[in-house]
Amino acid sequence: MRLSYPTNVKIVRVPCSGRVNTIHLLKTIEEGADGVYVAGCLEGDCHFMEGNLRAKVRVEHARELIAQMGINPDRIRMYNMAASDGPRFAQVATEMTEHIRQLGPSPLYTGSGPEWPKQQDPKEQIEDNNPKPKAAAG
Amino acid sequence: MIIGDLKNTDEILDSIDDAKKVLVMGCRGCVTICQVGGEKEVALLASQLRIGDKARGRNREIIELTIERQCDAEFIEPILGKVKEVDKVLSLACGIGVQYVSDLGLPTPVVPGINTTFLGVNLDTGLWKERCQACGDCVLEITGGICPIARCSKSLLNGPCGGSADGKCEIDPDVECAWQLIHDRLKALGKLENIERVIPARSWATSRDGGPRTRIREDLRSISREEG
Ligand code: SF4
Ligand code: SF4
Repeated sequence: MRLSYPTNVKIVRVPCSGRVNTIHLLKTIEEGADGVYVAGCLEGDCHFMEGNLRAKVRVEHARELIAQMGINPDRIRMYNMAASDGPRFAQVATEMTEHIRQLGPSPLYTGSGPEWPKQQDPKEQIEDNNPKPKAAAG
Repeated sequence: MIIGDLKNTDEILDSIDDAKKVLVMGCRGCVTICQVGGEKEVALLASQLRIGDKARGRNREIIELTIERQCDAEFIEPILGKVKEVDKVLSLACGIGVQYVSDLGLPTPVVPGINTTFLGVNLDTGLWKERCQACGDCVLEITGGICPIARCSKSLLNGPCGGSADGKCEIDPDVECAWQLIHDRLKALGKLENIERVIPARSWATSRDGGPRTRIREDLRSISREEG
């Protein structure tokens, strides 16, 4: 399968999305990335039982931390997809790129000040960008 | 173990607002174990602060350092140079560590990044409960190993009170009645007669009512004097 996805998406390989820690997500933002997403396996399908669920909690945490600093929490997202689902991978990469393009460059790059009101709960903005977990087989 | 809670971000930001170079300083003691002020938390807070600064176009240096214990001279002395280098130390140690570093007579102000909350136990991941108030005159022997001072809402030495219902305390249906726990424990230990033992009015001078406490152990002090 030769699928194309936006070249601005830089892939950092990890053995399991459960390897991703909150600090890794913060560091990408700190170092100027406009956005970052974790691509984990479908919920219920983790080879290590609950790596992707851990990743989800850490993504939530990272979103809260950047929101407190006035950064739009939606610059950090979690997507779930089957490891074999290449087309979905390409689709997510395109979707995330589009989404970040709409948000514009990171304020860390421009130094333009907060883009997110302090009081707003980061959870308010979470869109359900994931397919529902599969019903248990059998 | 000493338990703490990270302070509200705005309070932290205010407390370091006037500093151009900040040292976020962690401690590998209790606050590492209760996951509020160890190396990991220092890294997260420092990164979060840098994100906030950069987004505002503010050029301030945030450095990180975690030492073995902030309440002990031997671990602080080697890093005094680092402390002198910055305008402010944001300490994620408990209040004891914050004071210890502040008391060193350095010109650098030390501000707390956490609220020191209580002396307690880690019951499950992310769950801590208060267990002792350091009253200085322990009664656990009589109460079957359950502290009435820290765990009874009224610190009753002779309980329960009339507010105990179905094992819960009257202040909150989620709070267990310490005296019910004491009763049940004594029963299991075959020492139920202890519940009828009246603990007489005690002197709270060993607790905070006697003012700040100092402990001196002459045996240890004389040895250290001998060793010079
Ligand atoms: S009786 Fe005093 S020393 Fe003993 S556990 Fe309770 S508060 Fe702590
Ligand atoms: S109900 Fe139990 S824990 Fe609550 S104040 Fe009374 S004796 Fe103490």
